[in-house]
Amino acid sequence: MSATPNAGAAPRIAPWNLNDLVEWDRRIRDKAAEFGLDCYPQEFELCDHTGMLGYMAYSGMPSHYPHWSYGKSYEKLKTLYDHGVSGLPYEMVIDSNPAIAYLMRDNSLLLQVLTIAHVYGHNDFFKNNFTFKSTRAELTIEAFKAAAMRVRRYVEDPSIGVEQVERILDAAHALSWQCRRNLAIKKLTPLEQMARAEETAQGQPDPFQKIHARKQIEAPDFHKVPLEPDEDLLLFIRDHNPFLADWEKDLLTIVDEEAKYFISMMETKIMNEGWASYWHKKILESLELEQGLHLEFIVNHNQVVRPIPGQINPYHLGLKIWEDIYRRFTNPTAEEIKRDGSPVKSGTEKIFEVREVERDASFIRRYLTEDLMREMDIFEYEARGEELVVSKVADEEGWQEVKATLIKNVGTNSIPVLKVEDADFGQNRTLYVKHYHDGRDLHIEYAEKSLNYLQQLWGREVVLETVLDGKRSLLCCNDRGFSVRALK
Amino acid sequence: MSGGDTIFREYRISDAERSDRSAGDRLRHRQKVRESIRENIADIIAEESIIGKSKDRVIKVPLRGIKEYRFVYGDNAPGASQGDGDSRPGQVVGKTGKDRPGKGDEQAGDRPGVDYYETDVTLEELIEIMFEDLELPNLERRALREIQSDYSSRRKGYRKVGIRIRLDKRRTAKQRVMRMLASDKRIDAVARALEESKADRELDTGVEGALDEIALEEGVLDEEALAASPGAAFQRVHRRFPFHQNDLRYKHVEIDTKEESNAAVICIMDTSGSMDTMKKYLARSFFFLLYQFISTRYRNVEIVLIAHHTEASEVTEEEFFHKGESGGTFISSGYAKALEIIAARYHPSLWNLYAFHCSDGDNFDSDNPAALKDAEELAGICNLFGYGEIKPLGSRYYESSMLNVFRRIQAPNFHTVLIERKEDIWPSFKAFLAKDRVKEA
Repeated sequence: MSATPNAGAAPRIAPWNLNDLVEWDRRIRDKAAEFGLDCYPQEFELCDHTGMLGYMAYSGMPSHYPHWSYGKSYEKLKTLYDHGVSGLPYEMVIDSNPAIAYLMRDNSLLLQVLTIAHVYGHNDFFKNNFTFKSTRAELTIEAFKAAAMRVRRYVEDPSIGVEQVERILDAAHALSWQCRRNLAIKKLTPLEQMARAEETAQGQPDPFQKIHARKQIEAPDFHKVPLEPDEDLLLFIRDHNPFLADWEKDLLTIVDEEAKYFISMMETKIMNEGWASYWHKKILESLELEQGLHLEFIVNHNQVVRPIPGQINPYHLGLKIWEDIYRRFTNPTAEEIKRDGSPVKSGTEKIFEVREVERDASFIRRYLTEDLMREMDIFEYEARGEELVVSKVADEEGWQEVKATLIKNVGTNSIPVLKVEDADFGQNRTLYVKHYHDGRDLHIEYAEKSLNYLQQLWGREVVLETVLDGKRSLLCCNDRGFSVRALK
Repeated sequence: MSGGDTIFREYRISDAERSDRSAGDRLRHRQKVRESIRENIADIIAEESIIGKSKDRVIKVPLRGIKEYRFVYGDNAPGASQGDGDSRPGQVVGKTGKDRPGKGDEQAGDRPGVDYYETDVTLEELIEIMFEDLELPNLERRALREIQSDYSSRRKGYRKVGIRIRLDKRRTAKQRVMRMLASDKRIDAVARALEESKADRELDTGVEGALDEIALEEGVLDEEALAASPGAAFQRVHRRFPFHQNDLRYKHVEIDTKEESNAAVICIMDTSGSMDTMKKYLARSFFFLLYQFISTRYRNVEIVLIAHHTEASEVTEEEFFHKGESGGTFISSGYAKALEIIAARYHPSLWNLYAFHCSDGDNFDSDNPAALKDAEELAGICNLFGYGEIKPLGSRYYESSMLNVFRRIQAPNFHTVLIERKEDIWPSFKAFLAKDRVKEA
């Protein structure tokens, strides 16, 4: 799902009807094809503001399982909208085949045209970027619908009921992002893990084995569960807690699958919005708009991609980087040629390649240059007492660290990495989970509550190894409550 | 470009009206909010001056929302964001906890959000939530007149007359079918006979004629009637059969009342000069809750309001909650007035009596013995006699207190509480009325 925020400017009302949109769409599609965009078939649905709020609350899905948190999210969005704090998005696209996009019916003709062009950018990205390869786009809508039906059935089942379903869903939602982040990397089955452990234990073949004493091979412990630390918390619980009922396991699967579907969006937010903005700009510029529409286009385009001080606007950052890549490969400065050599690919070739093989973290690491960072004035801040203070700016010494911080905050990097290390810790089925600390501590209140959920799903004691204020600590959660112990 | 044409789906009002898909989830969220309100009710009561406000008034209740927890990073995680062109190290860009800069991407939920928002609740709703677990304690059955508490309606049988909204469509339709079947069995026989000998009869005379013929043969219609209106049998076979007044069936609803014993609640408030604004505010808050509680939960409980300084008088609701007075304090005067009213109108053998008194305890010393005696007498005849002493923090060291005096009262149904600040009101109120109160008797 992807949505362009309404920047707030009141759109001028230009009368249009559906045939106008069909006509504009044809022209835009021709242009997109001419530029080399490769899209799924597209469907547009016109909706009013309540419809749009509804789609937003349910992440754009036409059908979705019920849970009170979506009611909360709707109320929140509606309150913000009613009080004019935030506008509604101009559009919303979901990654499915055919791609489905929602258009606001109250928008002016130009906004619709701009939006349609923008949507084709997303569509192309969904179809071609590697992170989306694992989300089977043809099945998206069906899968969400089937999950919704199953959850509704559990809710209606008199032996289960809404309270029980919520108990599992509340807990599962708290842990849903604790899953594998790069779905392009295959997860090994336990058998394959065993084979790998065996291979590792044997070590490298020794070319001089005749003259060397034979090394003692230590047999790997195949009884350990899991053999390798496991990131998929929900799936691990599903497969290793024997006391879960089938419907409980099914709920865990549903939540995990949905999280994995949205991981791709999260991982490519900046690239994706930048890419769509890049193409809507290009397409609209090539459409030879009449002057009135053209001015409206420029105003709206600049609203969407403007820098927002104190934040990172993914539209702005993404568009800047894409334009910079294109420029450096089409028309590099003498200095850049001296530093990087002459480009071997054309700008167009390069950006199409990048849109296929990168995600936000690698995109920024490879293509956000020092000059660009300085131009955009990207800085790092940290908390000092009650205040957030700028700690580093993108100058000669600091830019790489600022960039590293930025990368730590994009996509799934902003979510702590937790892995199950041992499902039978202390031989009493205690679940041992380790937080892979990278300098950032967990928020302790949130950790406590989330650990409670984990314990609830696991059914036995759970412990979490982490680092608090530089000290290795163990957060324990069992029937007696929550406690923190220092580790040596 | 692969695939066929782009599909545009037009906006349809009917879809939009149907599409309030979040209604169920909103309802569920609302229920959760309600639970949350109930848990935090003491804070809400303390914050909101709800005294004497109309029931329809909408109150903004701050809610520590129903948080959705996840594993997130805490405050020592640095972030990156964009400046306005000349950011310098050391520049302050925000506050921790709220409006933290960072990505505007909500989806990840990567920061502990301050899930703090307000919700609108009407006073009536709030009162309902507050009083869910409370009732008048020690209510005993006393003879004679009984009063109603709560009433509910219950379905009981069906009637031929009733209001439109209770029309039972299924039963009504069934009645019509029954009447139709019963009305003309012989005409059905005519129709069946036609079916059996359809071909040859119809060839000669057509369907209408054939039916007339059979009807004549079967003796259903006589010749005279047929001559007057040819085709009468056909019309009767294919007749309309509209609903009749007698077909209508209505659900019958009976009102189910729950009878409680007679009860009267006597509120006695000290309005003397020593009761300053703060004390009066606390006392009135307490009585307001009591008054709301009784009038919401018990339909016919009688409430007596007494205000006293050196003299006591029975007052109206308006006067009780809004009028200030001055003068010295004779607590006994209030009790005497209560006893007088009880003697005149509410005989203890017929009534459950509840008396509550709020005062700052700053009584004239000379009155103490009399007050003690009257209090004992009140405790003797009431199911519950509560005394709330209002001593805003700081004032109790240099003022006399009735709590010490009343300590001598041994009656098990006499309770005292100390209210020092507005946060104490709700707990002390609950202490008086909680359902699961430990019975010391």
